[in-house]
Amino acid sequence: MKTQIKRIAIEGNEAAALAFKQVNPDVVAAYPITPSTEVVQKFSEYVANGEVDTEFVPVESEHSAMSACIGAAAAGARVITSTASQGLALMWEMLYIAASMRLPIVMTVSNRALSAPINIHGDHSDAMGARDSGWIQIFSENVQEIYDNVFQAVKIAENPDVRLPVMVGYDGFITSHSEEMIELLDDDIVKNFIGKYKPKYNLLDVDSPITMGPLALTDSYFEFKVAQAYAIDHSLPIIKKVGKEYGDLTGRYYDTIEKYKIDGAEYVIVAMSSTIGTAREVVDRLREKGLPVGLLKIRVFRPFPLEDITNALKDIKVVGVLDRSMVPGSFGGPLYHEITSGLYHFDKRPIVQSYVYGLGGRDITMDHIEKVFEELVDIGKKGKTNPLTYIGVRE
Amino acid sequence: MKLPGWKELVETGPIIPKPATSKEYKTGDWRTFRPEIDYEKCTTCMLCWLFCPDSAIKFDGEKVHIDYDYCKGCGICAAECAIKAITMK
Repeated sequence: MKTQIKRIAIEGNEAAALAFKQVNPDVVAAYPITPSTEVVQKFSEYVANGEVDTEFVPVESEHSAMSACIGAAAAGARVITSTASQGLALMWEMLYIAASMRLPIVMTVSNRALSAPINIHGDHSDAMGARDSGWIQIFSENVQEIYDNVFQAVKIAENPDVRLPVMVGYDGFITSHSEEMIELLDDDIVKNFIGKYKPKYNLLDVDSPITMGPLALTDSYFEFKVAQAYAIDHSLPIIKKVGKEYGDLTGRYYDTIEKYKIDGAEYVIVAMSSTIGTAREVVDRLREKGLPVGLLKIRVFRPFPLEDITNALKDIKVVGVLDRSMVPGSFGGPLYHEITSGLYHFDKRPIVQSYVYGLGGRDITMDHIEKVFEELVDIGKKGKTNPLTYIGVRE
Repeated sequence: MKLPGWKELVETGPIIPKPATSKEYKTGDWRTFRPEIDYEKCTTCMLCWLFCPDSAIKFDGEKVHIDYDYCKGCGICAAECAIKAITMK
């Protein structure tokens, strides 16, 4: 059912707000924070203009924003919000509650460094701080993907077998403030795709009164957590199914990972979000020179698509994992840890080199990535990794 | 009461799917001091019944009784009793 495609130039944040508008959620409770401010700002404009039916709740902090979202979702509303960095950090305890109460809240996160020192620019430290909160985490490479991921997030979150909150990440400033051409969907197509939300349980259903999030001590808490882990693990096939349905509708297919020129590759870089766009160019350039290089994009970080990633990497010679966040006191970034753990059980596995780059919005250039590929070739020759390597940092 | 295994909780999540289940949770064992009514003194003025925060004081139409399955022993009834007919023991 393809209609005439409408294309516009739009910033990342505004694309998120526009997607929210087309979703037309029941409740948005939010607090503005750089670099996601424009999402809330633009959306409040839609509310003021009467372009949405949303109850907009301007709160005094992100802790309250997520609390209000939880309350509204528990009452059976379709709920969306947006934040970044310190804002996400301030939501911390409420993030866990949203996920463990199985509330399908959708939130865009314009990924940004955490203080101190104060920094407002893009890295993944905020999202990685929330990686164990039980939220599904999807990362967007560019503005089109932000727009597309919001609709998919709604459909994934509200799937009766999932019922979990979904976080849609994109790089602060790099993507949030970049103006790109994107293809839009008609309102009706969005409406049909996401469907009408029918909450499985809600607190306003007076005919079947329930209690949500009650006390569960030593005799029950453990069982609830295992059940919750099962739900997020089993959201993987649903995430894939929704990505395929979205592709059938738009021509833009989504999976948990994206392989780029991995067939026949010996040296592969793994990364997330906007860096993939830069690395793609480098891969093209080096492939033209005959170097067997490839790229693996991690789109879904939670649930971790272990099987997809290990299948993509197990026959590669040397892999460089690029983390845009740190685990201070450990020996690599979060992505490195998960990927190497996942590969450990294979007899034949690649050498995996750990890189940390781009903290606090530090640029990663095509030259940087080309140098990483050169290092991967060297590591392959000597058969041994280097210690954790920082890209583009002064010594 | 048989507690559910995790597989039974995937569908529901952490909810209690029916009302009034707090009755099944007997809080009497929280109690350190036990209020006792001296029926020689009690005038059935109903102050204790009114003040009990757990509705653990019942009125059967003639007298008030303390339901020790739910009384947490907070002592409000003893403090409020105007004629000191309730003692915490």
